[in-house]
Amino acid sequence: MSAKNSVNISFSVNGENFDDVTVPTRQHLADYLRSQGLTGTHLGCEQGACGACTIEMDGVAVRSCLVLASQANGSSITTVEGFDDEVMQKVKNNFLKHNAFQCGFCSPGMLMTTKEIISSKKKLSRDEIRSEISGNYCRCTGYQSIVDAIEETINEIN
Amino acid sequence: MDDIKVNQNPKLGSMDRPNSYIGRSLPRENAKKHLEGGGQFVDDLVLPRMLHVAFLRSPFAHAEIKSINVEEAKKSPGVFDVYTAKEIDEYCTPWVGTLGHLGEMRSPEQTPLAKKIARWQGEPIAVVIANNRAQAEDALELIEVDWEEKDAQVDMETALDDNAVVIHPELGSNLFWTRTVNQGDVNQAFETSHAVVQTTLDFARHTGVTLESRGIVADWNKSEGKITIYHNGQAPHMMQHIIAKHLEVNEGLVRIVSRDVGGSFGIKVHVYPDEMAVAAISKKLGRPIKFIADRLESFTTDIHARCHKISGKLGVDKEGKILAMEINDLSGIGPFSMYPRTSAIETNQVLNLSGAPYVIPNYKAVGTVVFQNKTPMCQYRAVGHPIAVAITEALIDKAANKIDIGLSEIRKKNFIPDNAYPNKTPSGVPLEDLSHEASMDKLLTMMNIQDIEKEKIANLDKNVLCGYGVISMCEVTNPSPLFYGVGGAHISSQDGASIRLEGSGAIHLSSSITEQGQGTEAIMKQIAADQLGVSMDSVRVTLGDTDATPYGGGTWASRGAGIGGEAVLKAARILKDNILDIAAAIMQTDKNSLDVENNTVIRKNGGEGITLQQLAETVYYRGHELPKGTNPELLATASFLIEGIPFVFTNSAMGCKVSIDQDTGIIKIDKFWAVEDCGTQINPKLVEEQIRGGVIQGIGGALFEECVYDDQGNMQNATMADYLVPMAYEMPDIIVDHVTTNSGRSIIGAKGAGEAGTGGAPAVIMNAVNNALKHHGTEVLSQPITPEKILRALGKI
Ligand code: FES
Ligand code: FES
Repeated sequence: MSAKNSVNISFSVNGENFDDVTVPTRQHLADYLRSQGLTGTHLGCEQGACGACTIEMDGVAVRSCLVLASQANGSSITTVEGFDDEVMQKVKNNFLKHNAFQCGFCSPGMLMTTKEIISSKKKLSRDEIRSEISGNYCRCTGYQSIVDAIEETINEIN
Repeated sequence: MDDIKVNQNPKLGSMDRPNSYIGRSLPRENAKKHLEGGGQFVDDLVLPRMLHVAFLRSPFAHAEIKSINVEEAKKSPGVFDVYTAKEIDEYCTPWVGTLGHLGEMRSPEQTPLAKKIARWQGEPIAVVIANNRAQAEDALELIEVDWEEKDAQVDMETALDDNAVVIHPELGSNLFWTRTVNQGDVNQAFETSHAVVQTTLDFARHTGVTLESRGIVADWNKSEGKITIYHNGQAPHMMQHIIAKHLEVNEGLVRIVSRDVGGSFGIKVHVYPDEMAVAAISKKLGRPIKFIADRLESFTTDIHARCHKISGKLGVDKEGKILAMEINDLSGIGPFSMYPRTSAIETNQVLNLSGAPYVIPNYKAVGTVVFQNKTPMCQYRAVGHPIAVAITEALIDKAANKIDIGLSEIRKKNFIPDNAYPNKTPSGVPLEDLSHEASMDKLLTMMNIQDIEKEKIANLDKNVLCGYGVISMCEVTNPSPLFYGVGGAHISSQDGASIRLEGSGAIHLSSSITEQGQGTEAIMKQIAADQLGVSMDSVRVTLGDTDATPYGGGTWASRGAGIGGEAVLKAARILKDNILDIAAAIMQTDKNSLDVENNTVIRKNGGEGITLQQLAETVYYRGHELPKGTNPELLATASFLIEGIPFVFTNSAMGCKVSIDQDTGIIKIDKFWAVEDCGTQINPKLVEEQIRGGVIQGIGGALFEECVYDDQGNMQNATMADYLVPMAYEMPDIIVDHVTTNSGRSIIGAKGAGEAGTGGAPAVIMNAVNNALKHHGTEVLSQPITPEKILRALGKI
């Protein structure tokens, strides 16, 4: 790929600095992260429809298939590999307890969306939880166990 | 989560003992990796010198390839080579999707890449091999094809007409397969019936939409003459045979590895032309080749399912007793029957399963399966069930309405009584250990139909209509060799398990059953630890590797727990027996005075035992200390297979309550209940999650999902934004309960539980919708039941 087809950017992922790395201008962020071995970020549609690729960019949940890697310049990114604070541990424990995943392919995106829900500190009803996770497709679970896990976490921390 | 469910299988011993794990809802500790981003899916795999492919696919449903020029594409940056059928065919022999046990099937040879004629939109015709997928896709645009578009046979209903486009002229017509079942004399029984009802139902095509798409990495190692294929499939040993046969490699030198699989539901158990091409390319180039389908490829090349039009007729006497049932089913399967399972099985199951819960003395069923220029159709979760259950249950509701008896009452009148098994379906398939009566009773207690009736009546003149439905069904699980093997397919119906005690005292277990998220690994561990008397965390499991696991069928048709689980149980019992033999020799005592608890061989009457670690160390490192003649066998292997019957059936009863907004046509599922009798539940939570996930997939088919085609055979909604799938907001909580009738076929007594939800939900939802619409003298008979169809039925548009 010729030079004009790539740019150099700097950003951090899960606290690790990526300084002055070269990325193809047309590459989306999910592909870039995956190419670096951060394969926890999954791709289900590459169209913004399934939510599997959801990550955190500067504190906001974004679909990494809809963000170009070059747009990440200067940002701080958290992926599923970096969800290890106390609250996310609680979330993960509840996901495990309620079997809120089967194949696990949707889990990274679902956990990210959950992170956002939980950080709002709102006490949500089951219907509201369902509405919040409605951008994340899961073919396996039927969602109920995911709602259970999120509901229990909300109850625990509030 | 329920911590403990009572294990009602006396053959498994009391739950009131150490290391009793069967029957408990234990969390899947092994699956934690998915919450850390640590899953190992096929697209996560990177091998040295790996190349990537992209396929040029037919933009037309039916077209001739006059010429194809790949020269410009070969010059595109990063491109290694570009192949058409000519190059691939040298490395892969064609296949035919027919089997011999179900009467004549007619399907032509299929090759990885279409040669002269493309027969569905999405059929691969050329492949670019490049350094990365993006570069391969760039080059696709440079391939020049001179197409001559042909008329397409899109509509299955006209596929057998005289003026139909015959897709395979050498076959003379578009007929793939037909079957007739005739028990008794339906015509005479209809004549003597007090009431006869009829209906015709339509089921659109939908597809699996696994979140992880199909993927494969094929790695031909020239120096060993061995090919390793990392594949997100469901049946590694089947694939091993297929690859060996068509790449002409010694089967022993084919290794299939299925690591984590992101959902499968039957989608990933078939042989796909693009995947065969990838294997062939790897053999040709001696390099690892990766193919991961993108979402457009998933929609146009993953098998589709359903696509049926079925009409039915039911005759009842004055009391509501069924005298006769007749069905006629038409299904369209695309241009080829899928290999190696064939595309006849869905229709075959419709014929087998219709009317299955009931005593129906006269039964006639005709199934016709035709070719058409659409994506191939084949077995997807709950094969045939949604159609069979929906037609049966729709007819029963109609009969109940006609003679004015209750919806549960008419069913109870006609069930094969719980104490009348073994028995047979109306089509003659053997049934055993079922409980429709008890399951319906339990469902009715959960639902409280009187209250729903009250609400329904109160709403009759309101804008939001209320309706409900109840259904019963049989669910095909745990297939025997009579399913595929008898027809000549190399698809194992037995499964094996191998368990060993290691030097550290740990237990290693391997099984031919695979994991796609159902919890295979967890239940195998539970069975092994339970039967051996060891802690759960001392058991490690290997699945999905033909070089490392016993031979067997894999995971499909809900066979993991009932067949694979029984093999684990048997192997664990053999190993325990061996352990006790060795321990008795070491401890110089009678074997019967010993047992294993908490990883230790204990003396039942007290006194010091020895740990499994001590025992293993003695055997492995200090064998000279063993009394002479002690058998040092600490590896046990066992297999299991269902004999004598085609399947072990599970049964289910389901109910739901819906609201229909007359202004918008939107259906809301207010409540959904399911009662399942799958015999022993190894992990009740996982069983419930199978049912819930299954119900949601069934709701998808009933209300949302459809592969929409135009008249020319172009799929119109091949994106996740346009193809509607169930998302969390529209989905109800599903209340699940159980009746337990253990299968008498095995010690473990487990039957499958993965199909019922998907098989039954479409029927019960359709019945509930039509129950709500009845007051307006209208009904909707085609799935998905969209708001538009509701509004049309209500005369609003
Ligand atoms: S992969 Fe990004 S939303 Fe589906
Ligand atoms: S667990 Fe498989 S997609 Fe959600």
